[in-house]
Amino acid sequence: MRVRRQSRVRFVASSRIAVAATALILLGGCVPGVLDPAGPIGAGERTILLNSLVIMLGIVVPTIIAAAGFAWWFRAGNEKATYRPDWSYSGKLELLVWSVPLLVVIFLAGMTWIGSHQLDPFRPIQSTKRPIRVQVVSLNWKWVFIYPDQGVATVNRLVMPIGTPVNFEITSGTVMNSFFIPQLGSQIYAMPGMRAKLSLQADRPGSYRGLSAHYSGEGFADMVFRAEAVSPAAFQSWAQSLRGRGGLLDDRAYLALARKEETSRPGYWGSVSPNLFDAAVAQAGVPVHKVEHHGRERL
Amino acid sequence: MFGKLSWQSIPWEEPIPLVAASVVLLIGAGVLAWVWRRGYVPYLWREWITSVDHKRIGIMYCIFAMVMLLRGFSDALLMRSQQAMAMGNEGYLPPDHYDQVFTAHGVIMIFFVAMPFMIGLMNFAVPLQLGVRDVAFPTLNNVSFWLTASGALLINISLVVGEFAKTGWVVYPPLSEIRFSPGVGVDYYLWALQISGVGTLLSGVNLVTTILKMRAPGMGYTRMPMFCWTTLATNLLIVAAFPILTATLAMLTLDRYLGFHFFTNELGGNAMMFVNLIWAWGHPEVYILVLPAFGVFSEVVSTFSGKPLFGYRSMIVATMVICLLSFMVWLHHFFTMGAGADVNGFFGVATMIIAVPTGVKVFNWIFTMYGGRIRFTTPMLYSVGFMCSFVIGGMTGVLLAVPPADFVLHNSLFLVAHFHNIVIPAVLFGAFAGYQYWFPKAFGFTLDEKWGKRGFWCWITGFYLAFMPLYILGLQGMTRRLQHYDVPEWQMYLWVAGIGALFIAAGIACQIIQLFVSIRNREALKDTTGDPWDGRSLEWVTTSPPPAFNFAVLPNVQGEEAYWSVKAEAKEKGELSKRPKYEAFEMPRNSPTGIVTAFFSTAIGFALIWHIWWLAIVGFFGAWATFVVFAWRDETEYEVSAEEARRLDDERRRAKAAMVGLPQDQIA
Repeated sequence: MRVRRQSRVRFVASSRIAVAATALILLGGCVPGVLDPAGPIGAGERTILLNSLVIMLGIVVPTIIAAAGFAWWFRAGNEKATYRPDWSYSGKLELLVWSVPLLVVIFLAGMTWIGSHQLDPFRPIQSTKRPIRVQVVSLNWKWVFIYPDQGVATVNRLVMPIGTPVNFEITSGTVMNSFFIPQLGSQIYAMPGMRAKLSLQADRPGSYRGLSAHYSGEGFADMVFRAEAVSPAAFQSWAQSLRGRGGLLDDRAYLALARKEETSRPGYWGSVSPNLFDAAVAQAGVPVHKVEHHGRERL
Repeated sequence: MFGKLSWQSIPWEEPIPLVAASVVLLIGAGVLAWVWRRGYVPYLWREWITSVDHKRIGIMYCIFAMVMLLRGFSDALLMRSQQAMAMGNEGYLPPDHYDQVFTAHGVIMIFFVAMPFMIGLMNFAVPLQLGVRDVAFPTLNNVSFWLTASGALLINISLVVGEFAKTGWVVYPPLSEIRFSPGVGVDYYLWALQISGVGTLLSGVNLVTTILKMRAPGMGYTRMPMFCWTTLATNLLIVAAFPILTATLAMLTLDRYLGFHFFTNELGGNAMMFVNLIWAWGHPEVYILVLPAFGVFSEVVSTFSGKPLFGYRSMIVATMVICLLSFMVWLHHFFTMGAGADVNGFFGVATMIIAVPTGVKVFNWIFTMYGGRIRFTTPMLYSVGFMCSFVIGGMTGVLLAVPPADFVLHNSLFLVAHFHNIVIPAVLFGAFAGYQYWFPKAFGFTLDEKWGKRGFWCWITGFYLAFMPLYILGLQGMTRRLQHYDVPEWQMYLWVAGIGALFIAAGIACQIIQLFVSIRNREALKDTTGDPWDGRSLEWVTTSPPPAFNFAVLPNVQGEEAYWSVKAEAKEKGELSKRPKYEAFEMPRNSPTGIVTAFFSTAIGFALIWHIWWLAIVGFFGAWATFVVFAWRDETEYEVSAEEARRLDDERRRAKAAMVGLPQDQIA
């Protein structure tokens, strides 16, 4: 009895070590990523990710051990193993093999259902602070961010106040892309002719890597931007300073930018013609025409 | 005259495809010259190219898949080396080329390696396991193979004539629309897949019909070997899912060729509809690949454990549940479209439910080993390697099915690691296990075990080295399909992944050496019994290799594990089963219909890609005329006499008598 309990303790301990080791390997990269969230959405997603992982490791690790262990113990050369050439059915085991995965899945399914609703990207973050609105347009191969309330716009540089929900509206002026800032959480597709919504929030100041997470052609690898989270006061003064300095982002400037098929250095406009984003959605993409010669796109 | 085609269509300035193509052409020409000089051409034409024998067609499918594996793997090596280098610089592959490489890698590995390998194994083994002489439609089977080969030929032509798609393997519009991809790349993709897709669909119809209508006497559904069940499930999926692919690609073709607007940005097109449709085919496709592999593992684990499969009926239920559910989960490929919490939640939960029957299968294999007497041959090693690795891939799959987790992992290298964690340990190891397992049946000698095991260890080490780092990179926010990147910390992991790819290359080298060594030592490795592994199902009843008609007299099946019980009885009683009454029967004649049709199909495909309209018309009429000639032929079968059947069966009975240690006079 005692021996048995001891071995169980040892098993629990070793499985804990396994879980910890896995977590360490995963976290050990130390590069800021989805396991190092800087806001509530990313944090919620990390929690659900790690919880699901640990729950499943609880069944996966014993399965691997059983597979390797049985295979080794019942090797042809092992005299101690009993050969049961006709054993191929056991009602109790059948019940077990169906019910164990079923129970795990029921548990995970509950988490999934609740998590899907709590972390629905379209759902605005609840906060006492008034959210900032940002309209996002993906172009070949850069990101335009329009701040309709501040009347300014940027390219490849997103500035946001910390502790404040940012409600994004996202579309594409070209092919599909995916708007993603790994440390802040949820990505959502940027689709031409569509208006996707996403609510994110940064809780600590910093400069986070943003990218397109959906392949969109030749310049895709360069479609990265910085998302800078600054204090609300700094955000206000930043928007203020842009208004004094930059040019006007109107239809013509937008089209010129869209047709330039290359990435862009971070830039800004001090004013934006109203409804530019709505027009971009309605237009469902800029009339860009690539050309081919003798069947090839590059000569 | 030649449409868009001209000398400038060939990428003269790019050394990599040119050199690669020249090497392939040289090797191809060398092989042809050798075949020609040795005078093998008539033999190949008569016995293989025009063969309607399901075993020969199955073998051709497998050889074809292995050759294409080399092509797909070269693409993988290019990608791994590019990413290992391209930190803060452009690497050595410009985006134009790199984007073609990853698209081709995906297309080739799925459509021209995994699919044909599985279809090959099914073709080879299923009629034998069912105890019948051929598939339901033997000539159609040959047509299917050649149409698949025709699609692959078009893709390989794209290496040097024009270009291949630069869109990723599921060619999402609007990027794949004519406005954003005006070159011939997407057209190559479309026509190659349409032509090979017809082949796959016909193959599916053929195998479903075979299993439903052509089993040996007494072979009820619940007496079929597990591999036949998974084949049935797979082919039902093919029949149900491939028309969706055909229709989806046809709509994209109409957009590109005739100015339709199904998926365009402008004039009311909706690209998300394409995404929806392609995954309505794409998710069942995953199970089309993996179910036959599950079948192989079921056979292999049971045979080498020396035990019946644990929970046989439970396994059937699990297989059919997977078959059904696989059609209800496609939306998990695009949770990030923003369909809303209810829709995402539903598809997330539906996806997890598939984990239940899949888990049941894994447990049943484990319990099949329990109480066994396991022989660690190469196929068994692949099976154990599969069980230990596949559960990790399954786990990360369920993780990706949790929408909030998917929101941060979608399209990342975590996803890439996940599906390779399924496709390599499950599909590819299943294919390798099946190849090693049925090789002696196909050729009459076993494969060299030493090199086989070396190959396995290289593959599994390579797999872990190549893909575990990708999980970590995905968590660090690295997305897929990056031609270069600007995060220095990623490079170390990509180097490890690159080393993993080299281990896999070593694994492939071992497999090639294994084949050569085995052929050289074929006398020593000869399988005289027809049953080298102490097998349990009907393919081991007949000789290795079996005669064209498989069985002189169709076996009479008395229970599960048809062969095992007969063998046990023979050993117990000390005598073979009673000599049956031999009767003459008919076998289908070989036919060049398949290769001629494929020739014209290739012409049609090439013509449509390059807008050479007259050639398309010629090709169409050629294919139609071939069909007419085939349909109106007078002689479709030849007769095998009772004496011939008896003569060949005597040989078999002598071998079996020797195997169970009975005197040779028994057979008379």
